[in-house]
Amino acid sequence: MAGYAFLLIIILSIAGYYVGRSAGNRFVASDGRDVHSLPGYHGAFVAVWVGVPAFVLVLLWLFLQGPIIDNLLLSSLPAGYLETDSGSRVALVLSEIKNVAAGRLFGEPSEEVRYAAELYGRWEAIARWAMIVAVLALTILALIVARSRLAPRFRARNNFERVISGLMIFCSLIAIVTTVGIIASLLFEAWEFFKRVPLHEFLFGLSWEPQIALRADQVAGKGAFGAIPVFTGTLLIAFIAMIVATPIGIYTAIYLVEYANDRVRSTVKPVMELLAGIPTVVYGFFAVLTVAPAIRETGSAMGIAVSPNSALAAGAVMGIMIIPFISSLSDDALKAVPRAMRDGSLALGATRAETVIKVMLPAALPGIMGGVLLAMSRAIGETMIVVMAAGLIATLTFNPVDSVTTVTVQIVTLLIGDTEFDSPKTLAAFALGLVLFVVTLCLNIVALRIVQKYREQYE
Amino acid sequence: MSTADISLPVKFDWSSEAAAARRKRRHFADHRLRWIGITAIMIAIGLLGILLTTLVATGYRAFVQTMVTVPVYVNPEYVDETDPSKGNYRAIVKDTLGNLFPEVTNPRDQRELGQLLTNNTQFMIRDRVVADPSIIGKTVEMTLPVSDPFDQLEKGVLSRESPEDQRKINNAQIGWFDQLAAEGRVSMPLNWGLLFNSDSRFPELAGLAGAIVGSFYALMVCFLISFPCGIAAAVYLEEFAPKNKWTDMIEVNINNLAAVPSIVFGLLGLAVFLNFFGLPRSAPLVGGMVLSLMTLPTIIIVTRASLKAVPPSIREGGLGMGASRHQVILHHVLPLALPGILTGTIIGLAQALGEAAPLLLIGMNAFITSPPGGLLDASTALPTQIFIWADSPERGFVDRTSAAILVLLGFLIIMNGIAIFLRQRLERTW
Repeated sequence: MAGYAFLLIIILSIAGYYVGRSAGNRFVASDGRDVHSLPGYHGAFVAVWVGVPAFVLVLLWLFLQGPIIDNLLLSSLPAGYLETDSGSRVALVLSEIKNVAAGRLFGEPSEEVRYAAELYGRWEAIARWAMIVAVLALTILALIVARSRLAPRFRARNNFERVISGLMIFCSLIAIVTTVGIIASLLFEAWEFFKRVPLHEFLFGLSWEPQIALRADQVAGKGAFGAIPVFTGTLLIAFIAMIVATPIGIYTAIYLVEYANDRVRSTVKPVMELLAGIPTVVYGFFAVLTVAPAIRETGSAMGIAVSPNSALAAGAVMGIMIIPFISSLSDDALKAVPRAMRDGSLALGATRAETVIKVMLPAALPGIMGGVLLAMSRAIGETMIVVMAAGLIATLTFNPVDSVTTVTVQIVTLLIGDTEFDSPKTLAAFALGLVLFVVTLCLNIVALRIVQKYREQYE
Repeated sequence: MSTADISLPVKFDWSSEAAAARRKRRHFADHRLRWIGITAIMIAIGLLGILLTTLVATGYRAFVQTMVTVPVYVNPEYVDETDPSKGNYRAIVKDTLGNLFPEVTNPRDQRELGQLLTNNTQFMIRDRVVADPSIIGKTVEMTLPVSDPFDQLEKGVLSRESPEDQRKINNAQIGWFDQLAAEGRVSMPLNWGLLFNSDSRFPELAGLAGAIVGSFYALMVCFLISFPCGIAAAVYLEEFAPKNKWTDMIEVNINNLAAVPSIVFGLLGLAVFLNFFGLPRSAPLVGGMVLSLMTLPTIIIVTRASLKAVPPSIREGGLGMGASRHQVILHHVLPLALPGILTGTIIGLAQALGEAAPLLLIGMNAFITSPPGGLLDASTALPTQIFIWADSPERGFVDRTSAAILVLLGFLIIMNGIAIFLRQRLERTW
């Protein structure tokens, strides 16, 4: 139905454009050079005033229709039907009503549900048609009003451009709204979590066992939400990744900037871009299929017992993923060093190695550090590799051949297949998400600040 | 360098042995650094090579599928001509194999014989009969996929020499299979099912159709939202916005948003789109919306760079001719910047296509056996399908996963190829 509504809006906007343009043409015919705007702008003015408000209306309608009907349904149920007013029970009843309304019957629904389902079907139909009618009324009203404002001296172009500017400002606000949405949703759910589990226990507790009972009759652990083992696991894997990626990345950049000729550069650059462009789920599969067994066999050949999902395998593969990141940022930093410094050093008789290590690297160090920090934030936030290759159980260890878990792994395992928003188990994922967001945000801000400051120095 | 090095004696003997040794040492250090650099690059290229080789080495096997051609007698006793969809097709399958191997009479052996063909054989025969009821009472040759262990056997993954109790199939079953092969009934054609089937619990039947369609829908939504919004935001920030605290804040915000971990966008989608607005789980619409929020910063940054690259003389010329600022941007600057914008958009969409983490959180990793019919139907996407298959225990799914990755990489290469083509063909340097 929404599709028809959008189609209707588009058709009416086009119709509005032609109405406006033909009016503009008539003005030109009668008043000639006194007309302020070109006929096309008269058309565009009508079209945006027909289209934009109706479009906004449909979007609002689509977003609000569901929650409003749900609330109406719940209030239509007899008082006391929802004996426990918990979120899961409400969601269950609502989905039962909708299933019954759609004709999918599982067992015999109760009288109340049957009645509510009937109401639901009726309201849905009403809402659908009401939307179309409302859209039609709004567009026609807008068409009439906009048309009546057209006149030879009417500033249609300025008006149209003002609307376009408004739309552009709105679009640039989406980025802000997204950030606010992220922060608000994380804070809101994390707040719920910290009502159940105290903040200090979460941040400093040493035991993480989130698999608690969702229903009274389930057998499960008591639950412990001390996130320290999760944090150390994340840091361990990110640290291994950085150990793999930093030297390879920086030496690659040094070679490309200082030693390589154009041909080498033009072959290595695409390879690095290819490494950067491979989806992380592919790296995850690579870790499981190739790297983890290889590390395990090497370990057993040397007499070390390596866990099947060792931190080493996940970290090493994550390192591969990060190499192009570090190399390209270091490359930029090295290239930004003023040529005069490099040439001066070479002219004094220094070898290229001496120039790079004693002149260019110190000058480029802030930029490289910024790149390393950005890569670190990337490693901490990386999900698919660790979900596939790292462990699920939080152990407090720094042994790289042990299995550890990470923040992102825990978020995914806690949220897959279960969205009960009133259990600490689910909410814990949002608390972890909040920590992840804050940490990566700080790393990014510091890194971007360093990179920018350093750039200004040489400009 | 220490001060001692700088205050050289007036007469320094450059040809002395010590100086020569020093020079040698310095040049050696230079060579060492060069070789470390070459080694680093070789390691990076080698790792990429290993990655691609393992994928191709395991994935190529899933592009062919072992099939067996058997004569199926559609016995009218089992199938009612008036309602062919409700026949006893299980019995037809049993008879088919029984006719081929009349010596197998023991029920246990018969059951083991039945494991030769894919589990869904009866439904395939049913579909064939429903499509063409005239074959009832006749014998038709049907080419059916064999079940996964036999597929692996034929492809040489499963070794015949391995001890019988360590494989899924016993020697008698291998004997029957070899008999079929000797009769020339076994073939290994291209596996179109990989692209045109939907997901299945059975590796020999599982395909990517649902995931490809789901990814297509999600990318379409992502494009429809992020492309116009991204361009509009970039044009405003680059061409119209006054330089003040607010626009600075928006800029910093966009740069930071581009570096937020993708899983956080998944959390946002879960909390806002699913929980607050009540949109359906696993829907490509929600997936596309989440991906568009991730792609938006990329598109804005790229568009701004392309707008910056258009020389100011174009704008000044337009303004000098009496055009309004909007007219200059819309008629002159944007068309000139469009190739760069398109290139950046395609690269952003390619990133979105490979993104799995946020889709996991909004439930696009469900087991769904038919392609989605619309934006609100439950569906998977290519990267989440890879994740699901990588988690499946059957041996056949290892090959399928690699093959699915190759398909995904194929799409990515096509998209990036288009981007490179656009950049080379259309982009102007001033």
